[in-house]
Amino acid sequence: MPALRLERIVKKYGKVMAVDGLSLEVRDGELLTLLGPSGCGKTTVLRCVSGFVRPDSGEIYLGERKITEIAPQKRGIGLVFQNYALWPHMTVFRNLAFGLEIKNLSKNDIYQRVEHALSLVQLEGLGERFPRQLSGGQQQRVALARALVLEPDILLLDEPLSNLDALLREQMRFEIGQIHKQAGITTIYVTHDQTEAMVISDRIAVLEKGRIMQLGSPSEVYSKPANKFVAGFMGTTNFIYCRVTTVAGDDVAVATDDGLTLRGRGLGLHKDQEADVAIRPESITFLAPSEARAHPQGTNIYEAEVIRASYVGELIDYQLKIKNHLIRARGDVRACHGVGDRIQIRLDHNQLAVLPR
Amino acid sequence: MSLKRILSLAAELLMLVLVFLLIIGPMMSLFIWSVAHRWYWPNTLPQEVGFEYWKQALGMRTSLAIGAISILPAFFLSLGIAVVVVIISMLIAIPAGYALAKYRIPFGAFIMFLFLMPNAFPQQPIFVNLLGIFTRLSLAGTVQGVILVHILVGLVFGIWITSATFRSIPSYLEEAAYSVGAGRLYTFFHITLPLAAPGLLASAVFVFITSLDEFTGTFFIGVPFVSTLPMTLYSSSGYNMQYASVIAIILLIPSILFMTLIQKVLRAEYVGGMG
Repeated sequence: MPALRLERIVKKYGKVMAVDGLSLEVRDGELLTLLGPSGCGKTTVLRCVSGFVRPDSGEIYLGERKITEIAPQKRGIGLVFQNYALWPHMTVFRNLAFGLEIKNLSKNDIYQRVEHALSLVQLEGLGERFPRQLSGGQQQRVALARALVLEPDILLLDEPLSNLDALLREQMRFEIGQIHKQAGITTIYVTHDQTEAMVISDRIAVLEKGRIMQLGSPSEVYSKPANKFVAGFMGTTNFIYCRVTTVAGDDVAVATDDGLTLRGRGLGLHKDQEADVAIRPESITFLAPSEARAHPQGTNIYEAEVIRASYVGELIDYQLKIKNHLIRARGDVRACHGVGDRIQIRLDHNQLAVLPR
Repeated sequence: MSLKRILSLAAELLMLVLVFLLIIGPMMSLFIWSVAHRWYWPNTLPQEVGFEYWKQALGMRTSLAIGAISILPAFFLSLGIAVVVVIISMLIAIPAGYALAKYRIPFGAFIMFLFLMPNAFPQQPIFVNLLGIFTRLSLAGTVQGVILVHILVGLVFGIWITSATFRSIPSYLEEAAYSVGAGRLYTFFHITLPLAAPGLLASAVFVFITSLDEFTGTFFIGVPFVSTLPMTLYSSSGYNMQYASVIAIILLIPSILFMTLIQKVLRAEYVGGMG
């Protein structure tokens, strides 16, 4: 039984299709991320679930309960807003107690639950502060605690970390993951940051133009992208236009117009099909001269010329030229190559994804 | 002390003197006039001072020699009218301002413009026409009629400021309340209204002061039966500077009190997070 089920949700704003027949099942207790660039419809989907946007068609089920037509107040869904949305005229304690007071709980109950929620987000003893007396990270935690204190069936987080600085963001990723595990609550997380999605998610749904492009675990989405959009969105990727020459199961060989032949992995392809081969920088290995001499013409081994080399601290970011193609690669700082150097590289055929056009 | 510091101190002092001259100066002149029993050219200051006119105005003495009457009835009438005008205006302005701020109302801009009308045109022709209508409705020369005119003039401040205030409250604060189970009314009274309070108070003060100072409308609709403080001031200003000064000072008091109150409220804790 999925915790949340979306069935063919459609939402148009004027002529713009924000959500285009999207269906999705969220498993009980998992953290699912809706990932996509701005304008991909991820926030609209979230607002449909929270009830602030009524879909033009489609149904939403929370457990067995159909909630498509139910007012936001009665859905029992916890929400964390991008801007935290803490009420500035109330203390942290009152912010958390607000929803509990509506439920007519006793003073003692309210106190206990607020204290518990505050300890869950490590803000014990800050109950009497006003939101503006807290740092951004603390405000974010209060927003999280305010949603959790009501023990909702499902928790929705709308870009919760995008207003924090980079260092804090990294730290909060882990904390949100931790809190999710501790509270065991089904969570939908919306973000445009693929690293953030990779770190905290059980599953990622990559969205584009109101549709799900791919749904899978972080490693699936990263290493087996379903199409060019997903491959391009999940980190740096080089695309080379090519034509399929042979297919053997998922082992595919392709060739480019200028005589580059590569082996990679791909599904649902046939001979002579037009395709793109996606090469991630980390799938490119620089060969030592001795190795290069041992395999002068091995599979996926080519000579490349260094066009640009930028030192970025823990690694060197290269731009290489193989035949007529420019590709990005990463190299070890201890074996530095200069501009104009000719080097041998190997493209790991298990990590090359051949994607149909 | 460095030269820079001395210069900045001097500049501050200069500003202080200028502010003093601009704001306190006219008030001082009013005060001196209000206590001048005899003040003839070429004397810089009055030859004879005393609180005779104050006592007269406040109804503590009746002397025909000075020719003034107690302004207390007019003062309380003005205050009473202003309070009623504020209450009624805010009862209209709060829901109207909220609706104009939060919902897409057909012809919303046009409705706002309508409220501006009484202040956008010369007021005399409007009030002359209004007098005709009010006479037919037997409202001319009554306190009710004057209250209606004051609402007409003051409502524009009420609605413009309240709607701007409500617009400045981000909708996600209300959505956050809905998401924890609060109904629309509960959210309005516990989230929106407290956050809007400073702005609403400011608009109430504007309406209050507008009513207290309103002259033209009261002149057309109220005279001769309803005599508010500005009416009394006007009728005495031509021949009795002392008496007029006393009334002017008394008219200033509520405004100053309200401004002080506003400052206090605007500094209060919860405004910090607004905007």
